Amino acid sequence: MVMEQILPEEIVYQRPESLVEVSTHYCPGCTHGVAHRLIAEVIDEMGIRDRMIGVASVGCSVFAYNYFDFDWVQAPHGRAPAMATGIKRVLPDRFVVTYQGDGDMASIGMAEVVHAAARGENITVFFINNANYGMTGGQMAPTTLPGQRTTSSPGGRDVETAGYPIRAAELLATLEGASYVVRRSLHDPKNIRLAKKAIRTALEVQAQGMGFSMVELLSICPTNWGMTPVDSLHWLEEHMVPYYPLGDYKVAPMVAQIRI
Amino acid sequence: MPVQGRIVVSDLYCKGCELCVAACPQHVLQLSPDRLTAKGYHPAELAGPGCTGCGICAVVCPEAAITVYRQKMPTRKAAEA
Ligand SMILES: Cc1ncc(C[n+]2csc(CCOP(=O)(O)OP(=O)(O)O)c2C)c(N)n1
Ligand code: SF4
Ligand code: SF4
Ligand code: SF4
Ligand SMILES: [Mg+2]
Repeated sequence: MVMEQILPEEIVYQRPESLVEVSTHYCPGCTHGVAHRLIAEVIDEMGIRDRMIGVASVGCSVFAYNYFDFDWVQAPHGRAPAMATGIKRVLPDRFVVTYQGDGDMASIGMAEVVHAAARGENITVFFINNANYGMTGGQMAPTTLPGQRTTSSPGGRDVETAGYPIRAAELLATLEGASYVVRRSLHDPKNIRLAKKAIRTALEVQAQGMGFSMVELLSICPTNWGMTPVDSLHWLEEHMVPYYPLGDYKVAPMVAQIRI
Repeated sequence: MPVQGRIVVSDLYCKGCELCVAACPQHVLQLSPDRLTAKGYHPAELAGPGCTGCGICAVVCPEAAITVYRQKMPTRKAAEA
């Protein structure tokens, strides 16, 4: 197109430097990718890449260490907050973050995250809630909605036998040691922008030594939900957001002073 | 004249998920009907003129596959001079 060559252009958006230049293994449309992108953008903007240490978990995001261009370790299933605790205590000048799915954090790893929050560890947890165990084939997770069909609840989650979904942000917000606990969603541009702001705030909390921070991100799993990516975003908005309301569940008074 | 922009989609990263196509407020994106990436996906591309460089497609893209360019607007002063 001729016009574009005549007038000078500026770059409005380009891939963040904190992402490695490789294609991911995530399914098309999977919003794990959006979460990765936002975290990388914030790290670029804060200029903290050389001080980052990520703790990958078990789930589809187990290979996160291949995609972010900084140091990572990989924790046994659910144990990322315990591993992050050790790393942060030994290397307090680093930014230590975990990246965990709902099966990882809210099921097998519930004890680790609760106690890390209760201790007020100065770490940041990124919690990707896609309402199922994505990696292993879409089984029911603690976060699966009542009535939601999964490969291990083919008739829909029956709360009589399988209990009710756990709202992790609300639960962690009750703990004194938690300084910043919020839930955001990745289903549209406005909410994606709000999610990025929350990621930034959480890392500022850690920068200022204010204690435990957790950002829950509602995310889609088109493959196991059996929907197109676009339909999955609608399903998330219609079904997940009402059960998992977006908002700030714990903002300690000192955190409220942070201006970004 | 509305602001003009353009996007470049990387064939290395794009998986043809269509999230950008659905999100573009100008409806100027499509999945290429005839091109395939090395992984076998139909990549997103501009279907015609009308891109404003708003960047919304890049905000929703899970693969960070999109670079967005926008024409620099002459400042009002420069335009009036
Ligand atoms: C100790 C142990 N138990 C079970 C598994 C099998 N496993 C692998 S991933 C996973 C659940 C992952 O779900 P989630 O954390 O929600 O991540 P997602 O893939 O949905 O992003 C399970 C149970 C394992 N790898 N290790
Ligand atoms: S299985 Fe689900 S969570 Fe895992 S990469 Fe595919 S869409 Fe994403
Ligand atoms: S920059 Fe805006 S107008 Fe241009 S293709 Fe992307 S979403 Fe559409
Ligand atoms: S959102 Fe990204 S990966 Fe999906 S079709 Fe558009 S450019 Fe390709
Ligand atoms: Mg999951």
